[in-house]
Amino acid sequence: MKIIVVGCGKIGVTVIQSLIAEGHDLVAIDENAETLNQLTNIYDLMSLCGNGADSDILEEAGIRKADLFIAATGSDNTNMLSCFLAKRLGAAHTIARIRNPEYNDNSLNFLKQELGLSMSINPELLAAQEMYKILKLPSAVKVESFSRRRFEMIELHLKEGSPLHGVRLCELREKYKAKFLVCVVQRGEDVYIPDGNFMLQAGDKIGLTAQLTEIHKLLREMGLLQKQARNVMILGGGRMSYYLSKLLIAGGSSVTVIERDLALCQELCAALPKATIVHGDGAQQETLLEEDLRSKDAFVALTGMDEENILISIFAASQNVPKVIAKVNRDELSALAEKIGMDCIVSPQKVISDVVVRYARALQNSMGSKVETLYQLMDGNAEALEFLVSSEFPKLGVPLREMKLKPHTLVAGILRDRTSIIPDGNDVIMAGDRVVVVAAERRLQDLADILK
Amino acid sequence: MNRNMILHTVGRIVMLEALLLLIPLAVSLWYRETGDAIAFAITVVIGLVIGFAFTIFRKREDSLVFAKSGFITVAFSWILLSLIGALPFTISGAIPSYIDAVFETVSGFTTTGASILDDPSRLSHGLLFWRSFTHWIGGMGVIVLMMAILPTESGRSIHIMRAEVPGPIVGKLVPRLRDTAKILYLIYIALTVIQVIFLLCGGMSLFDSLLYTFGTAGTGGFGARPTSVAEYSPYLQWVITVFMLIFGLNFNLYYLLLHRRAGAFFRNAELWCYLGIVAVATVLVAFNISDMYQSASETIRHAAFQVSSIITTTGYSTTDFALWPGLSKTLLLLLMMIGGCAGSTAGGLKISRIMLLFKIMFRDLKRLLHPRSVGVVQFDGKTVDDRTISGVSAYFFLYMLLLIVTFMALSWEPFSMETNLSAAISCFNNVGPGLAGVGPLANYAAYSDVSKVVLSLAMLFGRLEIYPLLFLLTPKTWSKKG
Repeated sequence: MKIIVVGCGKIGVTVIQSLIAEGHDLVAIDENAETLNQLTNIYDLMSLCGNGADSDILEEAGIRKADLFIAATGSDNTNMLSCFLAKRLGAAHTIARIRNPEYNDNSLNFLKQELGLSMSINPELLAAQEMYKILKLPSAVKVESFSRRRFEMIELHLKEGSPLHGVRLCELREKYKAKFLVCVVQRGEDVYIPDGNFMLQAGDKIGLTAQLTEIHKLLREMGLLQKQARNVMILGGGRMSYYLSKLLIAGGSSVTVIERDLALCQELCAALPKATIVHGDGAQQETLLEEDLRSKDAFVALTGMDEENILISIFAASQNVPKVIAKVNRDELSALAEKIGMDCIVSPQKVISDVVVRYARALQNSMGSKVETLYQLMDGNAEALEFLVSSEFPKLGVPLREMKLKPHTLVAGILRDRTSIIPDGNDVIMAGDRVVVVAAERRLQDLADILK
Repeated sequence: MNRNMILHTVGRIVMLEALLLLIPLAVSLWYRETGDAIAFAITVVIGLVIGFAFTIFRKREDSLVFAKSGFITVAFSWILLSLIGALPFTISGAIPSYIDAVFETVSGFTTTGASILDDPSRLSHGLLFWRSFTHWIGGMGVIVLMMAILPTESGRSIHIMRAEVPGPIVGKLVPRLRDTAKILYLIYIALTVIQVIFLLCGGMSLFDSLLYTFGTAGTGGFGARPTSVAEYSPYLQWVITVFMLIFGLNFNLYYLLLHRRAGAFFRNAELWCYLGIVAVATVLVAFNISDMYQSASETIRHAAFQVSSIITTTGYSTTDFALWPGLSKTLLLLLMMIGGCAGSTAGGLKISRIMLLFKIMFRDLKRLLHPRSVGVVQFDGKTVDDRTISGVSAYFFLYMLLLIVTFMALSWEPFSMETNLSAAISCFNNVGPGLAGVGPLANYAAYSDVSKVVLSLAMLFGRLEIYPLLFLLTPKTWSKKG
């Protein structure tokens, strides 16, 4: 597809990177020539220097034939204006980054309608929602829901001394009786789609699918269950912190926010009457301990500085806080942080690029590809894809054990008439099912692509 | 520096050349020139073996190419292309000396058109075809061709393309490099076909039309006859004049026309400057030579042809301009250095660089008078960044420096200064013929082997716009400390 991205900041570049990997044609618009210069050196795209809300620039970028237009500059107003222009000039779909909480209340729908926006993305809100999902199920480092939440995939870290260490997957299912499937394992740099003989080791990161009702039971039996975080400390009082606190409070948890800036504290206080807002320097361990860090269920570091977030999170983990989440923007840093033992890292850009790629896939879907939704697993090294099975699928009604699948692919779940099936070798695929496939090292366009 | 990836890319380019050699092989077979066909077949095999040997070096993980590797890849490929492309001439015995054959091939690929043959029509059809076909390949660039037809995984191939495509700024037409390369080649092929049709209409044989079209399209200058275009009818001479000018224009402009953005086409400053220079030079030359020819139409035709041929660095001629008066010869020498537009197949400094140099000069003059003034250089309505500006100035200095070095290196030869200077300027700017001893009706055979190597290098320096070859020949590039 032809996609135009305006604004090549942190979010813009991450989105561009993942869309190019998807094989789209990209045009990048930014006001900074140097940024664009570097971008064209690294990625195969066309760049234009100028204002994204200038109709001449948009025309030059080929807006008339664009399938998707994404505005991700730092300014909400510019984003809205350029999306409005893009739509009027002929772009088929537009996405704007709108992050200001004042626009993100009831007025958002009106705005979207009047501007002809296909989607608005709010990085802070999306990241907060992602963290909220993890805090609800703290054993996981990441939670993805498929098919409108009827079916979830969680990513887990197997710590030292885990009962799963040295267990083969085929033994696992007999041992625990629950219906679940280990779909993908990350060990060091490598990603595997495991079969029954695969042996788990401590240190692995595993992706697991199970029915919603069974996940808790299963984790409890495995001795992995941590209670939902009821008592959370958040460092930093920015927008993300506001959204997360709001979600947590609505879910009945108690929240302590630590923020350096007094004015921001007061604003937060007014917006979140039920939260405890502390004015102090979170980088001082004294402040954290004074607010009783050790008794918290979870600690979330959301300051503007990646390095600060990582360091303070390590301190919190050393104080035996059961769940520690750090916001890290830069990719390189998050890889480093994982190496030194931070397992739970949320990157707003990654959340956004997942959402945008998912949207682009859905769009392409209406133009030929059969992928309904797409989720990136294990830092983008594997994908989970949802397909709607048509009557043309050649292996309808054939048990999975008799299907010859390509290496590095796995049927992770089948959704049939509102029930979800965690498949074993006896299950079959029928027309009208929704099938979730996990694949590493390849990009699937159609369900039939998984067959040998 | 990624040596594996450099070798891999070079290997692919050599294999591509081997495949392209199949075309002259077919021509040889068609004309039943068995000896030449065997020479081509041997070269194809050699090319494939070398290419294959290079491509297996590559490991999968490291496909990253940065600017440095890009320059080295391009320089290395062009040298190897010329060395292999010269083989058929020597194997078949048509040009017994390998150095002469390399000179002829470099001259072909770099679209220079400087020859060591007195009478090209004595070459067989296959070799004559290959000699002109190298112009066509070298004009748009073999690496661009490779990008258009072979898939590349790396998004960073822009470094390689930038090193091959002439001009101070390399832009893309469409988001993907590969599609950009394809569009450029499609425009190139379309224009080539149109010219062949026009030449056929004028009664030229198909074989000759192909040769002259390849020479025009690549702005090269190899023809089928020792007298270049002089023996053809005025109609054919005018067709070639117009097409030389067409191929000297920035190809991005044709893309604008195809997309019905005529406004942007006509607003292009380089286009008007180019046409302006051609018009003024034609008028001046026409007045200067008016008493040498019978009719006004003949005078204008010769003036227009020679001016177009020289400014686009093609090097065809309809008359021996080495016999023209001093003013005209000086003008032609200047036009050689100016060259065509950026992004065309022409050589020389390029019009856009000259325009930028003038703008920089005016800005700096103003700064001397108003030390606090802020000067911004604009080109086509866009502000030119400082990096490009200093790049243009540095390029100009290097260009002059290399020109002087080439001239000095030739000056021990027993020829007149006019001969040596024009040979240096002509080869370095990829024109072909010079003045006096290397005029349009003479050739470079009299130069010694050392000078031929010097001139071959000068041609490569000119075609690749100095940097790639300069880095290849700089020891610092190869040390790990670099």
